[in-house]
Amino acid sequence: MTGSTSSHRPSRTDLAAVVVFAAFALLPAAAAAMGDTFIVFFTIRVMVFAIAAVSLSLILGQGAMVSFGHAAYLGLGAYAVGILAEHGIWDVTVSLPVVLLTCGLFAAITGAISLKTRGVYFIMITLAFGQMAYYTATSLSAYGGDDGLTMWGRTEVFGFAPLGDRTTFYYVVLACLLGVYLLARMIVASRFGRVLKGAKQSEMRLRAVGIDPYPYRLAAYVIAGMMAGLAGALLANAAEFVSPAYMSWHRSGELIVMVVLGGLGSLLGAIVGAASFLVLEELLSHITEHWRLLFGPFLILVVLFGRGGITGLLGKGGRND
Amino acid sequence: MSATLLAVQTLNGLQLGILLFLIAAGLTLVFGVMDCINLAHGVQYMLGAYLAVAAYALTGSFWGALVLALIGALGLGLLLELLVFRHLYDRDHLDQVLATFGVIMFLNEGVKVVWGAAPLSLPMPDLLSGSIVLMDGLLYPVYRIALIGAGLGVALLLYVLVSRTRAGMLVRAGATNPAMVGALGVNIRRLFMLVFGFGTMLAGFAGILAAPILVVEPGMGDNLLILAFVVIVIGGIGSIRGAFLAALIVGLVDTLGRGFATDIAKMVLSPSAANDVGPAIASMLIYVLMAGVLFFRPTGLFPARSG
Amino acid sequence: MTEPILRLQDVHKAYGALKVTDHVNLDVRPGEIHAVIGPNGAGKTTLIGQISGALAVDGGTITFDGQDVTAKPMHLRARAGLSRSFQITEILPEFTARENVALALQARQGHSFRFIRNVARDRALNEGAERWLGELGLAHRADTPAGILSHGEKRALELAISLATEPKLLLLDEPMAGTGREETDRLVEVLTGLKGRYAMLLVEHDMGAVFALADRISVLVYGRIIATGTPEEIRESAEVREAYLGEEGAA
Repeated sequence: MTGSTSSHRPSRTDLAAVVVFAAFALLPAAAAAMGDTFIVFFTIRVMVFAIAAVSLSLILGQGAMVSFGHAAYLGLGAYAVGILAEHGIWDVTVSLPVVLLTCGLFAAITGAISLKTRGVYFIMITLAFGQMAYYTATSLSAYGGDDGLTMWGRTEVFGFAPLGDRTTFYYVVLACLLGVYLLARMIVASRFGRVLKGAKQSEMRLRAVGIDPYPYRLAAYVIAGMMAGLAGALLANAAEFVSPAYMSWHRSGELIVMVVLGGLGSLLGAIVGAASFLVLEELLSHITEHWRLLFGPFLILVVLFGRGGITGLLGKGGRND
Repeated sequence: MSATLLAVQTLNGLQLGILLFLIAAGLTLVFGVMDCINLAHGVQYMLGAYLAVAAYALTGSFWGALVLALIGALGLGLLLELLVFRHLYDRDHLDQVLATFGVIMFLNEGVKVVWGAAPLSLPMPDLLSGSIVLMDGLLYPVYRIALIGAGLGVALLLYVLVSRTRAGMLVRAGATNPAMVGALGVNIRRLFMLVFGFGTMLAGFAGILAAPILVVEPGMGDNLLILAFVVIVIGGIGSIRGAFLAALIVGLVDTLGRGFATDIAKMVLSPSAANDVGPAIASMLIYVLMAGVLFFRPTGLFPARSG
Repeated sequence: MTEPILRLQDVHKAYGALKVTDHVNLDVRPGEIHAVIGPNGAGKTTLIGQISGALAVDGGTITFDGQDVTAKPMHLRARAGLSRSFQITEILPEFTARENVALALQARQGHSFRFIRNVARDRALNEGAERWLGELGLAHRADTPAGILSHGEKRALELAISLATEPKLLLLDEPMAGTGREETDRLVEVLTGLKGRYAMLLVEHDMGAVFALADRISVLVYGRIIATGTPEEIRESAEVREAYLGEEGAA
């Protein structure tokens, strides 16, 4: 679906978005009424991964760039926060710019190289760069190496530590998710977004009207990397722990699964997809610790029998003519 | 760093390179001929090792285990082709990524269920155990030398197969121009199945060879898979020759880098800083190498498909 | 004599031993329709590819609007005013007809690094797009996804996209390919209406259309131009008849 055109009335996507965010907003109150604290922790995790999934959806869904190294930005964002904390720097006015800059820079350099290629090459190269970040993290012996790095606290704002309160932290994460979602929506609906979506359909057509897709793809790649970095920073705060496992390539694969489960090309779908994946993981792991034994075949079946693959099922235009 | 140490590290690098080549060879053909990305190739390597361990328990002989595990790896490869891969050739890359990711999830977990999560090992055959003196002060295990020899043998065999036989000619033609092979009236499906089965058997072979010297554990193929990707990107998709040279380069650079990066870093940094920075640089080396090759040769060193 | 808008000098290209473009010299004058005809496999689409920048040349120079564009990539040539249509329709199937044309207008206005305003509500773009759609008889299809337009409508849309880039030269690669009699007539009518406003290089198989539209015709055979002249000269050339028209007639 290419989204709404010129109507000013709220579309079905708008309504669905209101429902989803209202549910997130009301959840802590409902959890408190039921006396269930686990679900609040769990939903924080869901929202953090939803941010990462929305960022991936921006390049994968809108731009058809199958990046298999997106978890690297989760890790980079988390490590930026963790390493600063290790040196006694906790304030958001420092850590947030550092997170965004680090992820933006890594995305700019690796994106500049990998976006020169297409198809299978692009997948392998993004995977390789993601793995580079992973191995570099495991070899940082000063910062825990393989074992990861424990943070003794959470990010602060001008010396205050509001994130220590669970409910406040919850709403901060929700605000970040809402902000990232609205920003991504705005980008998709803009002139920039139209170029991105056009390049996905026919690169040749864009060149023929005078547009080189490369700088637009690269810019989208950098924006998505920075958004995922924010998710990583939140993840570090949620766990008060930073680990190379955040950037394992399995995590990158799971992010792709989230985006596709929710519907390729739908930003709200990425949020729903992240929630579905994590809930499914949680439910299946209650049945057996070997939940991947069930999820793997499920994924294969969805791809094989979901009418021309998941992408076909969920309305990616596909090849014409 | 002494000459002996350098020689040992070079041999270790060659050994890693050989393993990488065995994995990358099948993979690069699958990519090249079928334009299909297969993330599950690393688990074939893992399965080769596990099958060898299981077959050893059955036969009590390394050689018996080798033969049975090879047959098992081929059989499993063909079964996977039949169940999953043959339905993916016409799909877009995203579908291929997702489905093969599902295969990885299933098999990595399946291995845990069947054999447990604890590392296993395969005993070395008596014939190849022990070490020999290669030069003054350099003692090197016979098995590792045999591994390098076996890999070179397979490389030679592959070269002959691809350049001298009809099937090899079709494979080369398929990597260069897949539409043409179809137009020749060749049974493309059977060719794909052959290439796929053979490729998984090679990956399994690598797993069997590695089993006595590395630990056999779930997920052992994942890291090698990504190294194999780097090899393919550097060598050029669909090129056996490219895969061979790139595998040796990657094996050597990675091994020598890990062996000497800290020492080299000490020349410019304080010892403690070098201890921190050295390993980080070493683990980045091959990716930087890959980026460098891509920058100058976007289709790899030996692109099979030109124009 | 006025400077030609497009000039090819000694352009050549070979795939191995196969010469697909054999030292071609060709020019298009401002406002002129210059048609290139030739049997299948003569290298017409290859030639269009080289002029538009989709294919590299082995040698020779391509001068467009006084500039040497031989080494320029496709998108810069397009921005300089060289607009091509494709033999196999190349439109954006998920976009509506309006969005297809609006993207071309957006490209014309310069870079697209604009992230904030909703492009779907950009009145200047939408109205501009609708004007071009109207000119090509597609006004009623503005909201239809381009992928489900009829073949003839797609060809017209492709022309609308080309025109929206405000080209100085239109490169038309078999615009009538696959269209029915009625649609062909309609397209000829449209192109006749555009005649004089744009210079055009027209590659076409439909001889009726070519002889109705062209000011000059070049005949391409095995990558080589064997004759250039007015339609009358081409019709009467013995060499052309032998090499091409006769062959067609016999087939």
